[in-house]
Amino acid sequence: MKPFLSVENMTQRYPDGQGGELTVFEDATFGVEKGEFVVILGHSGCGKSTIMNILAGLSDPTSGVVIMDGTEVKGPSLDRGVVFQNYSLLPWLSTLKNVTFGVSARHPEWSRAQVIEHSTKYLAMVGLEGDVIHRKPSQLSGGMRQRVSIARAFANHPKLLLLDEPFGALDALTRGTIQDELLKIWSGTEQTVFMITHDIDEAILLADRILLMTNGPYARVAESVEITIPRPRNRTEIIEHPNYYAIRNHLVTFLGKRSKEMAGQKTGEGSNRPTPVRIDTTEPEEPENAPPALRAVNE
Amino acid sequence: MPTSSLNFRAAILSLTLLVVGLLIWEAAIPAQKAVGELTEYELLTGAGQPKAGVPPPSEVIAKAWEQLSNPFYDAGPNDKGIGIQIGYSIYRVLVGYALAAVIAIPLGFLIGMSPLAYKALNPFIQVLRPISPLAWMPLALFVIQDSEASAIFVIFICSIWPMLINTAFGVAGVREDWVNVARTHELNPLKTAFTVILPAAAPTILTGMRISIGIAWLVIVAAEMLVGGTGIGYYVWNEWNNLDLTSVIFSILMIGVVGMGLDAALGFVQRAVSYAE
Repeated sequence: MKPFLSVENMTQRYPDGQGGELTVFEDATFGVEKGEFVVILGHSGCGKSTIMNILAGLSDPTSGVVIMDGTEVKGPSLDRGVVFQNYSLLPWLSTLKNVTFGVSARHPEWSRAQVIEHSTKYLAMVGLEGDVIHRKPSQLSGGMRQRVSIARAFANHPKLLLLDEPFGALDALTRGTIQDELLKIWSGTEQTVFMITHDIDEAILLADRILLMTNGPYARVAESVEITIPRPRNRTEIIEHPNYYAIRNHLVTFLGKRSKEMAGQKTGEGSNRPTPVRIDTTEPEEPENAPPALRAVNE
Repeated sequence: MPTSSLNFRAAILSLTLLVVGLLIWEAAIPAQKAVGELTEYELLTGAGQPKAGVPPPSEVIAKAWEQLSNPFYDAGPNDKGIGIQIGYSIYRVLVGYALAAVIAIPLGFLIGMSPLAYKALNPFIQVLRPISPLAWMPLALFVIQDSEASAIFVIFICSIWPMLINTAFGVAGVREDWVNVARTHELNPLKTAFTVILPAAAPTILTGMRISIGIAWLVIVAAEMLVGGTGIGYYVWNEWNNLDLTSVIFSILMIGVVGMGLDAALGFVQRAVSYAE
């Protein structure tokens, strides 16, 4: 059975400006299950944002298809909500109106009062209440703006929520608070989320599964690492979980070393499926200083 | 408090400059000799007649008081109150300007959104834009056969370009992210134009409209000098023909005041649509 979101043989090539072609990634194939929180990690330039734009329907791949819920993704849709890195709030609208803008696009049949009530509820969920919601985005801090953007996306109940480095422009402390808020709002829904990030700790905190990308050109989604830390997670508690550093070391090694070694390799024919990786030190007994158990499970 | 005190000091300075300037002007005008001081010869050669000269400010102020206390009198074709003359000019400017806006803003949207339209129309714009609006006057008079409508046409043709170019520029410069927000919310093109692109480009469009109204007000004076009949431009020229320099100076001041008012009105709208990112 096909997963909820299925990316099949997706290839992106750009003209390199000298008559040739630059292949960003080739035959990328992966899936996301319904209700799953999937994070994609990789260095800049490996095509993460391109994948995001294709999933959002804002651009088309050179070849390959994206199938969501049985239908092919063609163009942008309200079924796929996007939170952009730079918030993308409309600066001439108040905070509340930025959210009602989305809600009334999603539910054109709703009354004005209904739209406002729904929007206010979602703004309150990200901690924006009272006078603040009548301010313009320029009067809000970066963290507050990104909260508005998250509220706008969640309020629309998209089938798939795409987060494009949503916390990239925020300072570490604010990032932590909003990550917690994102987890809180997400755990109350069955929302399927696909997120891009650079931040390893953020990825471990949020994700059910992390897709690791090698460096470009010919980047590929090389591994799919399952995060074997039970939910609900908490930033301060997960670091004490025995799997935390095992997973973290695996990710760091991949990004620091293996992503470079694997870069630029043309993999030949067929689909590039990520290798599933499951790291769980809690099952077998491991001595203290042993290297993390690393088992590649081929399905 | 420092701001209000700054404003206060600026107002004092302005007022001082005004008073000093007027006093210098007043002092610089040589007084005409009274008839009693003239020799018989001077009287016989006509030196006793009032000489035309730049009037002192006191006379201009008296003239202004006289004109402004009854601005709307109408005593025949060559003698109408300043209010009526300015009214005609404003009417022509607003009609020509409104026609220009109705065409320039939608066309600017098209040019801004479509690179094809931009490339195809740009040569025409570049050739037509530098033409002095008054150069159109003979052609307009011949084709339209109506001096009133020709003046309006000249206003139309001079105010269309800044609005057109600024609208195109503003629309083309709308941030990709905001357009993407509209796209991911499945807004149709019309709704995108009105709820995202128009508000995003509005400050730039208003800048163009503000430049246009300034140009239109500059041009109407010259246009009315040519077409005659009514209007502040005609009034200035008519008073020159009457050798009434007091009225000329008074009407120059009035042109400035009205121009400032038009600019302030658009400045107000511009502030209303501007936004901080």
